[in-house]
Amino acid sequence: MAGSGNAHLRKGDNVLQIQDLVVEFKVSGGTVKAVSGISLDVQRGETLGIVGESGCGKSTTGRAIMQLPSPTSGSIVFEGDELTSMKNADVRAARTKVQMIFQDPVSSLNPRRTVRDSVLEPLEIWKRGTKKEREKLIDDTLESVGIDPARAAESRPHEFSGGQCQRISVARALVLDPTLIICDEPVSALDVSVQAQVLNLLEDLKEKYGLTLVFIAHDLAVVKNISDRVAVMYLGKLCEVASSDALYAHPAHPYTNLLIDSIPEPNPDADHTLGEVIGEPPSPVNPPAGCRFHPRCPYATAECSVDEPRLREIGAGHFVACHNPVTVTH
Amino acid sequence: MNEHESFHHPGPSRTETDSPLLALDNLKTHFRTERGLVRAVDGVTLTLNRGEALGVVGESGSGKTVLSRSLMGLLPGSAVTSGSVKFAGQEILDLPMKQRRHLWGAEMSMVFQNPLNSLNPLMKIGKQIAEPLRLHLSMDKANARETAVALLKSVRIPEPERRLNQYPHELSGGMRQRVMIAMALACGPTVLFADEPTTALDVTVQAQILEVIGEQRRDRNMSVVLVTHDLGVVAGHTDQIAVMYGGKLVERAPTKTLFAEMRMPYTKSLLKSIPKLADPSHTRLATITGRPPDLVNPPKGCNFAQRCPYARPKCHVEEPALEPTADPNHVFACWYPVGSPEFTEREAELEAAGYVPATVAGVS
Repeated sequence: MAGSGNAHLRKGDNVLQIQDLVVEFKVSGGTVKAVSGISLDVQRGETLGIVGESGCGKSTTGRAIMQLPSPTSGSIVFEGDELTSMKNADVRAARTKVQMIFQDPVSSLNPRRTVRDSVLEPLEIWKRGTKKEREKLIDDTLESVGIDPARAAESRPHEFSGGQCQRISVARALVLDPTLIICDEPVSALDVSVQAQVLNLLEDLKEKYGLTLVFIAHDLAVVKNISDRVAVMYLGKLCEVASSDALYAHPAHPYTNLLIDSIPEPNPDADHTLGEVIGEPPSPVNPPAGCRFHPRCPYATAECSVDEPRLREIGAGHFVACHNPVTVTH
Repeated sequence: MNEHESFHHPGPSRTETDSPLLALDNLKTHFRTERGLVRAVDGVTLTLNRGEALGVVGESGSGKTVLSRSLMGLLPGSAVTSGSVKFAGQEILDLPMKQRRHLWGAEMSMVFQNPLNSLNPLMKIGKQIAEPLRLHLSMDKANARETAVALLKSVRIPEPERRLNQYPHELSGGMRQRVMIAMALACGPTVLFADEPTTALDVTVQAQILEVIGEQRRDRNMSVVLVTHDLGVVAGHTDQIAVMYGGKLVERAPTKTLFAEMRMPYTKSLLKSIPKLADPSHTRLATITGRPPDLVNPPKGCNFAQRCPYARPKCHVEEPALEPTADPNHVFACWYPVGSPEFTEREAELEAAGYVPATVAGVS
């Protein structure tokens, strides 16, 4: 796995198209190859899920879309505009249309400001509307995420729970009327009961505001619930891309199967033992040759350590980068 | 005679195996604060047998963490603990500090949620693991080092000898948590408390950590208390489950029984809020509206009533007691439990109103 190729890219109303994205960071002792040539597209109104373990490059991909920092190479086209070659001022303007929410909702809000001021700030920076219009927009947006505007005006982040802070972060992302919201592990720090509230909220807001979402997480059950299409990443490469239902029904990549087997199923009679895949991903400073997953893969052959597999179609809209895909039916 | 010998602790040679290893009776842990007394743990009674794994499940603020910290003596000065905690038949709440210290290091140990915060960043891994061995088991340096390598190996850390000379920041999150487990296992504890041991980790690493804990439990005939907010985590790795809400136990049962016939609406709600892989994408998740109760001024009646779609007037006035079902090991506190006529009636009303019930179908 961990292959390259663009066979999975679609024509049509793409809000976002990423092509051959490479993001590398210089560190002492080498270069971290965080993202090594991935391509993705997101159509209007769609939710794309990106799933993988820590260090697979999923968050780096999300940040690269925001040009935080801008990628080493590759192209990111948002609504027809190439973001990577834009001037800084234009990137800033484009970012109003692409918003991001982060994993830790409490630390992504300024602890010394009332949360209402935090939500208001983007509107003031961009001088949107009159004061009265701004006030109304803030009240409406806070209501729509289930936060009492009056309480928001007098309270600071520490007075809210984690789930409420995440709702406030969502409100702040919404006020500039974005086209695309990148959600980077937005529910990983939350209790399951609160996680369900935030996932439902994102679905509701997507409909209400006509949003397109990129949803990044390590838990495939969460990603499947919210996404239309899912991209599985491993060590900077794509493994498998498919509709979320097809991905679960016929996971072809051994790594996708590992992710599925790892989910703790709330059923004592289910199989809770892990398959043959063991260990943790190797360092992205020296990624393995060939398929990057081969050292952990129980199906690896000699070919896998030399020849990097390319994404190929194995079903309608279902792509896998693997020399020896598995046949599993759920 | 040193303090180790003066404490009567269970080992393989222990004879009175019929009494539970750990028995809590009406344990209360309250905190004095400016706002008043916070009833974080408010009368918990349960037992744990040797070799058994208990899951303690609840949301943030349910008291699950304070419960395990009370047993490990990790409470701030503002805490007031009452009731009884017996370890191997001996009351430990009023034990002199010296003896309790030995108990916590050697007999009961704990793994925390965030391994990076729990390891000393300036001390090499080897020294950190050797510390309890030298302190509690009076091992010499060479012996402790050898044992540390064996411990790291037992939690499946690759290249254990090399790890001894590394610092915590050089390891991945999963490796650090394994080191924490190795440290907790160092003195051969009879009970291991694991407080959200995998919440900060990837699902793949979580599955491996849970396997390691289970393996060690079987190999050592050790008891495990697994504290988590996720019923999925405890489903495959415990023998019995205690569900906590607002500082109280609301349901307790053997794991299989709990999943097959849960009675408390709160337990069902927790279960239904977990996204299932087998459900089609965009399946609406059941949620629990509102927030956990204020533990300074807990509501009258059932703690959960304000958030419970199945609550009736009685629930807001009278507090239900823990009552056994036909199975004496399965207890729950609810006036109108899952399966009761009142519950079924309300469920039909809710469904007719288009509400996504927290209890559509069980996991059976």
